[in-house]
Amino acid sequence: MKNIKYFFVGLLFGIMLIKSQVVSWFRIQEMFRLQAFHMYGIIGSAIIVGMISVLIIKKFNIKTIHGEVITIPLKTFNWGNVYGGLIFGLGWAITGACPGPLFAQIGSGFGVIAVTLLSAIAGTWVYGLLRDKLPH
Amino acid sequence: MDFLKQPWPWYIAGPLIGLVVPALLLLGNKTFGISSSLKHICAACLPLNIQFFKYDWKKESWNLFFVAGIVLGGFIAAQYLSGNQNVNINPHTTALLKQQGVKNFSSLLPQDIFSFDQLFTLRGFIFMIVGGFMVGFGTRYAGGCTSGHAIMGISNLQWPSLVATCCFMAGGFAMTWFILPYLINL
Repeated sequence: MKNIKYFFVGLLFGIMLIKSQVVSWFRIQEMFRLQAFHMYGIIGSAIIVGMISVLIIKKFNIKTIHGEVITIPLKTFNWGNVYGGLIFGLGWAITGACPGPLFAQIGSGFGVIAVTLLSAIAGTWVYGLLRDKLPH
Repeated sequence: MDFLKQPWPWYIAGPLIGLVVPALLLLGNKTFGISSSLKHICAACLPLNIQFFKYDWKKESWNLFFVAGIVLGGFIAAQYLSGNQNVNINPHTTALLKQQGVKNFSSLLPQDIFSFDQLFTLRGFIFMIVGGFMVGFGTRYAGGCTSGHAIMGISNLQWPSLVATCCFMAGGFAMTWFILPYLINL
């Protein structure tokens, strides 16, 4: 069960999402109305810590615990980043949740969000179906 | 323990979330990202003959363990760390939302909108089903979500991720300011 360690990282991440209230629809509303720093502070400081970590890993050529070289796949631009990004943004302000929080909300007792998650899976599936016909 | 039960301030929670990036890299060369799990679920359950879902999802199954962990983490935080208390948002936001028609402020989500008995109303259908669909469709079209693009991508200085993140925000602002007031009122 080499994957079980990711379950525990996810567990800690889930606790962070709830305790920071990132999963709250109200926090997302506050963010998009520019009425609080909370969400900007969380995303901003997470990016800074992530960036410093990646820099340190690259600079000192740090390996994984199994001794493998760490490689991070590069993102290549396509117009999907823009069109898809806008569609996701519109949806994010409605549901008050990006994909991570959907899972955390279900765990925290909002069973009905399982329906939202299923709908998100359906959305992903429809993207896969229509991919060749969409502008990228 | 008392500290854990309080809502965590941004300067504690943000850096901890940032540390998930090196944790996944160091544990096994995994790049942080949640929306991929939705793709793997499609590939595992209903790939049909769709090219996009024809890959060995089992190789990516760590991501499914990760999201399963998030569900249990959500449960633990809500049950044992008072995670599902009312959210102390800016009183101006509360006043505005009340004016727009939101009634229940007692938990993480407004339960007068997000509940099983609202599911078959027009408003409930839009908030839970249409909204969810847009999240799943949009993140895959964009090639990632808040974790994969905004946190992981920008951390790795990827400009397409910065573009995607700006579009997430632009979509969110447009919805919140121009469309959502009408949707809440439905």
